[in-house]
Amino acid sequence: MRAGAGGLVPCAFDTVDLETFVGEVAGTESIELPVQLKQFDCRNNRIAMLGLMQDGFADAVAASAKKYGSQRVGVFLGTSTSGILQTELAYRRRRPADGALPADFVYASTHNCFSVADFARRYLELSGPTVVVSSACSSSAKVFASARRMLAAGLIDAAVVGGVDSLCLTTLYGFNSLGLISKQACRPFDAARNGISIGEAAAFGLLERLPEQLTGEEILLLGVGESSDAHHMSSPHPDGLGARMAMSDALKMAGLEPPDIDYINLHGTATQSNDSAEAKAVASLFGSSTLCSSTKGATGHTLGAAGGLEAVICALALQHGLLPGGLNTRELDTALPISYLLENRDSAVTRVLSNSFGFGGTNCSLIFGMSA
Amino acid sequence: MRVPQASAIPVSPLTVYVEGVGLLGPGLPGWSKGHALLEGSMPYQSSRSVLPLPMALPAAERRRAGQVVKVSLAVAEEAVAASGLPAATLPSVFTSSSGDAINCHEICSALASSDRLISPTRFHNSVHNASSGYWSILSGSMATSSVLCARDGSFSAGLLEAMTQAMVDQTAVLLVAYDTDYPEPLYSVRPLPDTFGVALVLAPNRSERSQAQWTLEPATCLTKSRATHMENPVLEQLRISIPAARCLPLIQCIGAAHENMIVLDYLVGLQLGVRAAPCR
Repeated sequence: MRAGAGGLVPCAFDTVDLETFVGEVAGTESIELPVQLKQFDCRNNRIAMLGLMQDGFADAVAASAKKYGSQRVGVFLGTSTSGILQTELAYRRRRPADGALPADFVYASTHNCFSVADFARRYLELSGPTVVVSSACSSSAKVFASARRMLAAGLIDAAVVGGVDSLCLTTLYGFNSLGLISKQACRPFDAARNGISIGEAAAFGLLERLPEQLTGEEILLLGVGESSDAHHMSSPHPDGLGARMAMSDALKMAGLEPPDIDYINLHGTATQSNDSAEAKAVASLFGSSTLCSSTKGATGHTLGAAGGLEAVICALALQHGLLPGGLNTRELDTALPISYLLENRDSAVTRVLSNSFGFGGTNCSLIFGMSA
Repeated sequence: MRVPQASAIPVSPLTVYVEGVGLLGPGLPGWSKGHALLEGSMPYQSSRSVLPLPMALPAAERRRAGQVVKVSLAVAEEAVAASGLPAATLPSVFTSSSGDAINCHEICSALASSDRLISPTRFHNSVHNASSGYWSILSGSMATSSVLCARDGSFSAGLLEAMTQAMVDQTAVLLVAYDTDYPEPLYSVRPLPDTFGVALVLAPNRSERSQAQWTLEPATCLTKSRATHMENPVLEQLRISIPAARCLPLIQCIGAAHENMIVLDYLVGLQLGVRAAPCR
């Protein structure tokens, strides 16, 4: 982020013959799942495991499980396509005689939508409530809402939240069918933006209640807002009404006013319709001076992992006082009245907001802060 | 990360009231007849589920709706109508063990062929939240909708989500659980034989329409006890063959004269215990 480096490269994934850019996680071929979890082996769970191994995350979860009991730690993960790639590959190997899928194809622990949460629960040796949230590109933002409610209800004492999504043909050819895939590395909020670049990612966080005494600096989940557009399956409401409602509900839960937000990590997919609707929604609530950017120029649109990934980026912004400039954007669309950062800015921030919106008109906004 | 907004509520039992029910499954055409069949006051016979056309959807959306959408909208409409609550303000929870398998089969077949063209409708119907999206368009509800999967424990995961939401956010919630049958070759790896949908409107406060009172004890509801079975072997077969039908023991005792402790299948090594009490 500090170097302004991005991960989008021309697509060479599998046998895909589309002219587009992707954000591909390197080295997935060499990741080996623990032997007792072999049945979960697929690209999505390999990327999940790679994520769980970073930054001492698994150790932090183990400490929570020891403190509260493994049944008191929940798992809430977002994904849109889970291990569907495994099924796509199996369909290339159907038995000619009767069309049967190959014997080595394991549906339940790869393709099924729940696979990644099931895998993470076992990998982390947890035994609490576990669920996958799969509402397209809002999935891993909405996990924070579900986890917060279950913490508040007293059913759990800690929650692993996050999202994992991986490249597959369904999303590449599917977004292509809608004319939403860009031939260039995506350019959010650019006058010449013309679609998304698809990425893949795993991002995780560990949520706990606020103790009476906090030691050290901690990231706080201050507010969550969720809404539905009630408008169209694959296009956002043109004025961003649902998006505005999600942001305003998040502010309400946090007890904050729009000027209290120092930075907005936009959903910013670089489609014409998303960026236009989101800019209208942001401007109508915040005016045009709140600093904002989309980090999808760096990561691509990681779909069901985007909410979790961008929550982590918000946490980094808070911890390091670094607001990420949006990559690839050359000429801002002057019709979109927002203060979009084209360069990194070093600036201490205390409260940031992250937007995630998805197909089906599903919206979620998260507000993060820092303990004093 | 710490969550200040999760600490304010003292831990107490989670109680909700069942304000409306919708049901559609093999031999179960709607809640009023379905309830009589589950109670045993009418003899239950299994027969293929019959899915109505979602006439309440705009024509364009209706043409695009697959089985998953048809079953979930049918039960959701039935439950909300029974509750007397306005659909346009109800938050919802949609939970399913798997998405639209026919649609998935068509997409995977196309992607394995030399012509990888997928139609835009196929693609947007492939998202796990297709039903939730169509419901929000149909009902005009801009309230939040959570879309979940916990494979065979998807009903329990949805019930947990809906009950915590009803209590923590003090709102009535629409819960919709559904699964549809699988075509070959996927059927061989995921043998879902038919379509089943159930919808429940759950409210934090009792009303004159309340049909039952369900309670989760936060300290004990997550249990290792054995799941409650259906006495009728044909209904027990239905319960274990379609994940959404894991709800049957719980909805069977709606209207019962006595309190029941129902244990629902949830995850490996973890079940969900619900205390179901009458509301008379």
